[in-house]
Amino acid sequence: MSKPLEKRRLENVGLGITGACVALVVLLVATLVFMVASRGLSTFVLDGIPVGSFLGGTTWNPHQTDASGLPSVGALPMISGSFAVTLLSCLITLPFAIGSAIFVVEVAPGFGRRVFQPITELLVGIPSVVFGLVGLTVVVAWTRGWAGGTGYGILSSSIVLAFMILPTVTSLATDALAAVPDGYRDGSYGLGCTRWQTVCHVVLPSAAPGLMTAVVLGMTRAFGEALAVQMVIGNAAQMPESLVTPASTLTSVLTMGMGNEAMGTVYNDVLWSLALVLMAMSLVFILVIHLIGRRGAAKHA
Amino acid sequence: MHTHIIDRRSFVAAAGTAALVAACALAGCGQGGTSAATTGSQASGSVTAVGSTALQPLVEAAAEQYMGKNPSVQITVQGGGSGQGITQIAQGAVQIGDSDVFAESKLPNKSDASKLTDNKVAVVGMGPVANKDVAIDNLTMDQLKGIFTGTITNWSQVGGPNEAITVINRASGSGTRATFEDAVLAGTAVPDSFKPQEQDSSGTVAKMVASTPGAISYLAFSYFDDSQFKSLSVDGVKPTKDNVTTNQWKIWAYEHMYTSTSPDAATKAFVDYMLGSDVQGSLVEKNGYIPVSSMKVSRDASGNVTV
Repeated sequence: MSKPLEKRRLENVGLGITGACVALVVLLVATLVFMVASRGLSTFVLDGIPVGSFLGGTTWNPHQTDASGLPSVGALPMISGSFAVTLLSCLITLPFAIGSAIFVVEVAPGFGRRVFQPITELLVGIPSVVFGLVGLTVVVAWTRGWAGGTGYGILSSSIVLAFMILPTVTSLATDALAAVPDGYRDGSYGLGCTRWQTVCHVVLPSAAPGLMTAVVLGMTRAFGEALAVQMVIGNAAQMPESLVTPASTLTSVLTMGMGNEAMGTVYNDVLWSLALVLMAMSLVFILVIHLIGRRGAAKHA
Repeated sequence: MHTHIIDRRSFVAAAGTAALVAACALAGCGQGGTSAATTGSQASGSVTAVGSTALQPLVEAAAEQYMGKNPSVQITVQGGGSGQGITQIAQGAVQIGDSDVFAESKLPNKSDASKLTDNKVAVVGMGPVANKDVAIDNLTMDQLKGIFTGTITNWSQVGGPNEAITVINRASGSGTRATFEDAVLAGTAVPDSFKPQEQDSSGTVAKMVASTPGAISYLAFSYFDDSQFKSLSVDGVKPTKDNVTTNQWKIWAYEHMYTSTSPDAATKAFVDYMLGSDVQGSLVEKNGYIPVSSMKVSRDASGNVTV
């Protein structure tokens, strides 16, 4: 008679513990969002800075006040810098990622599994500070050599970021291509198409939603990367004029400023506002990924 | 049937262990050096010092030496930046706040500085450094000001080669930058149109000055390395420790360890140790700072120098 009771108790204990884990994670995310939002919004609520002059202003110098007597906290240079390095690094990465994905899925699957995959995984494991150091000593000198300027800027950062997101985009692109049913390929070959005709007209179009997800995930990583970018972008809070003049990103200004400014000052508040913008953008990226996933699923259903 | 129960048990046990480990890790994070040892005849307890990364190596070395002699005191030294140090000591979250600058310049409410005790533990001298290809060894203070406010943009304007000047600044809240700008710009505002590069660590700045042609920046004396880049004289005065002690070299700052006005016994003992001969005589100089005791002048929070 006691056995069923014991079982039920065990079930409840299991449910309770796993439920508590879920609750803890949800609570952590909620408090994190709340903290960043409350601090980030205090720039506008407590310090009285108009949202427009924050998002649209081009002068970043929170230690000095502008003509209207408010600190100059225009974040547009950083926002545009972040988008510029994100897009450019994706453009650099994409051909290599899709090219190698096609090779290891369509041409040499055995080599892909045994050699190529471990190599890309190794690339994931390299800490970002190492990428930054290599960027500082190699990439910056190289861009200075052929593109002019000081070498610090959006171009160098995009090259470093392209290396960093390459493994993410490549492995996701590989998965996307591998997920295309072999029946599609057989049909194409049956019609007399060559391998490259099949890749271009059948495999790539069918894998498009998966490839898009790969790109957006790569962009998310590029957008949020701080350390490596900060080391090679030059960190000048000015509107990006060219690819080889120093610029700045949301993350680079955040990491440089946070330790130096005391809590409760306008400068500190506005750094939290930058963090809020970063968080909002990540949210947008995640929504886009879900949207692509849903559309892809609806298409294949 | 029996095996099923065991399976569930082991599942529950495993999940429970995982949750416990997670909980302990979280609790451990929040604890941050509050566990106090209560035995020992001398001062005992735990002291947490947070703040300036420039001062961190000295405090760490001193803390290690101190704990070797007083095992009942546990001292934790963390970086985070001068702003963090001032914030946390003002909030009473730590026992010592390390800072490169006077608390008055960081706190949103200046009067809060009176609730803190300022312990000046060392002096740090800083000076302009330039890439080796710049054939200049001396700049006047006005020239230096012109370079760092964007009115002088080519080395030929100050008697050097025809080469663009690449200015590398530190992050706008950094203590090194505040010290440099106080001494060199002396209140002159930098126009918004002039946006030089910024870097957040002295090590990176040193690397960049060494590798970027035409670069100029500023570093603490301890980062000077004649094999990598050159340090510049200002108004004919060489950046040396002796010139700092007489204020002939104007670019220097105190390293502060702020405590509350009524610190606990362990904190007070450690600060006294920092100011004592064990640290001032040897460790301070070994780490590239200048002992406060060797200074022939003193300077207050508003920059007035008295002999």
